[in-house]
Amino acid sequence: MGKKLIELQHIHKSYNGTQILDDFNIYFNENKFLTLLGPSGCGKTTTLRLIGGFEKPDSGQILFDGRDITMLPPNERKVNTVFQKYALFTHMTIAENIAFGLKISKKSKAYINDKIKYALKLVNLDGFENRSVDSLSGGQQQRIAIARAIVNEPKVLLLDEPLGALDLKLRQDMQYELIRLKNELGITFIYVTHDQEEALTMSDTIAVMNQGYIQQIGTPEDIYNEPCNAFVADFIGDSNIIDGIMLEDKLVSILGVRHACEDTGFGHNQPVDVVIRPEDIELVEPAEGFLEGDITSVIFKGVHYEIEVLANGFEWLVHTTRFFPVGAHVGLQVIPFNIQIMHKPESSDERAVESDA
Amino acid sequence: MRKLKRQLCAGPYIVWIIGFTVLPILMILYYAFTTPDNRFTMENILSIAEPIHFKALLLSLRLALECTVLCLLLSYPLAMILNGLKIKKQSFIVFIFVLPMWMNFMLRILAWQMLLSNNGIINSILQTFGFSGISILNTPAAVVFGMVYDFLPFMILPIYNSLVRIRTEVIEAARDLGANDIIVFFRIILPLTMSGVISGIIMVFVPALTSFVISDLLGGGKVLLIGNVIEQSFMQGMNWNLGSGLSIVLMVFVIASMAFMNSHTKETEGTAVW
Repeated sequence: MGKKLIELQHIHKSYNGTQILDDFNIYFNENKFLTLLGPSGCGKTTTLRLIGGFEKPDSGQILFDGRDITMLPPNERKVNTVFQKYALFTHMTIAENIAFGLKISKKSKAYINDKIKYALKLVNLDGFENRSVDSLSGGQQQRIAIARAIVNEPKVLLLDEPLGALDLKLRQDMQYELIRLKNELGITFIYVTHDQEEALTMSDTIAVMNQGYIQQIGTPEDIYNEPCNAFVADFIGDSNIIDGIMLEDKLVSILGVRHACEDTGFGHNQPVDVVIRPEDIELVEPAEGFLEGDITSVIFKGVHYEIEVLANGFEWLVHTTRFFPVGAHVGLQVIPFNIQIMHKPESSDERAVESDA
Repeated sequence: MRKLKRQLCAGPYIVWIIGFTVLPILMILYYAFTTPDNRFTMENILSIAEPIHFKALLLSLRLALECTVLCLLLSYPLAMILNGLKIKKQSFIVFIFVLPMWMNFMLRILAWQMLLSNNGIINSILQTFGFSGISILNTPAAVVFGMVYDFLPFMILPIYNSLVRIRTEVIEAARDLGANDIIVFFRIILPLTMSGVISGIIMVFVPALTSFVISDLLGGGKVLLIGNVIEQSFMQGMNWNLGSGLSIVLMVFVIASMAFMNSHTKETEGTAVW
């Protein structure tokens, strides 16, 4: 693990009486790619703006390399931001845009020219020096915004949904570019997004946020495979979240059916949430499954079929590469390793989002 | 057939433009280059070199320039303050500034004539507080004052409009890249509002250069602008040829100043006003 570079301690922040962050604590390690992931209004952008210096917390401290920077204005912080809508200076050429920060820090002309060339090469836009901002596509503008930020050699690069306005193909390309940039530059990335796929692809660490609280912090694998509550399970990928009762260690009752699992320490006869990923359910002959039911819908998704099965009164979501016709009677099978047991939510922010957007 | 129909729709406007813009200009041109007995002459144009006319033109240029500079100095900070307020307050204050424009400007200037006169309200207030009164009426300063008062909204509005269009992220990006308030202003805000400043300058400078009513009322006939000279040659001297000649000279100055300003704006942020 690298050392802590930025630390937010006991941050409170509200706008017009609405609490956004309440006793919020997080730290960011050096040279890591950390993503703040959550639905809109969860406080992730506010967190980023606090680090950038565009907002001041109502109370609490922000430490940078051990030094208190809570009250420092943005221009005195060693972080640079890539904004959601690029925010390029339309009255300047590309080269002037990139040189903006360097000119302020009074670098020599030769140094600035070298840096412009280097940065443009890094974002694959060599020779764009004298183009105007308006002549660039959205993806190119975003690259320039990144180039403009990194020439200043910040210790931390803040990215506020930088790919939000791009189309799918371009977004995927840019994800790989960002990973490459992070590896080449060796600086800390703090990335804000509501797109779980983006977060899983690029991050070293993901912090899932909802209603101003961190729900879970961990590697993409941890977050996906071992969600700690219904909100995380639901927000990251598709999930079947079922009410269950933990009968004893390693035995759970799902919709009245006993099934082995691997979790322990929940006590006896405790109501719990059971999470099963759609790709972990196998459709088998009716007699072979732990539940049997009828297929109510089949949608072709390209890589897999998305199948809904009504069994014991619950609509099960199943992803499978095999085709089944609507109306078929099937059995559901899942191995104990793929059953996640979670405590019932204690507060509203831990609950699964109702609408599956 | 359809194209013809569409062109017919433009008919009324073409008639309007020909009747009220093109023909009058042609007539002025004709008068400017002829004598009363219809012979060609350059005298009307060249008469601008006469000391009294030339002095009036110089004074007009000077006062218009002073008025424009004052308007700019007043408007820019005001537009910045306005832009910093909450939206609801902004529209209310803009409304307040536009409100006087709904009243006839002659009336407003006449009111100032009363207020500024030696026995006017302002002097009587000053005198009650023990100050000696000021005699500003009938001086160039009063004329400039009237012009600034009258044309200020035409400077504020375009600057305010161009300020509103600057997105906060752009300012934040500049701050993020290390710019302090001064750099943000001179490298970001000012360049991005240049188009507004330019249209403001044109919309103030041109009417100030050609005005004659304000100098009539607040200058008391002692401040002779080129507009007054032209007015007098039409209305009192009944010398339409001289008036037209001087008008043409003035028009050249107006067009030249507009072209000059226009050449100093980049094409990026064009405005429709000029």
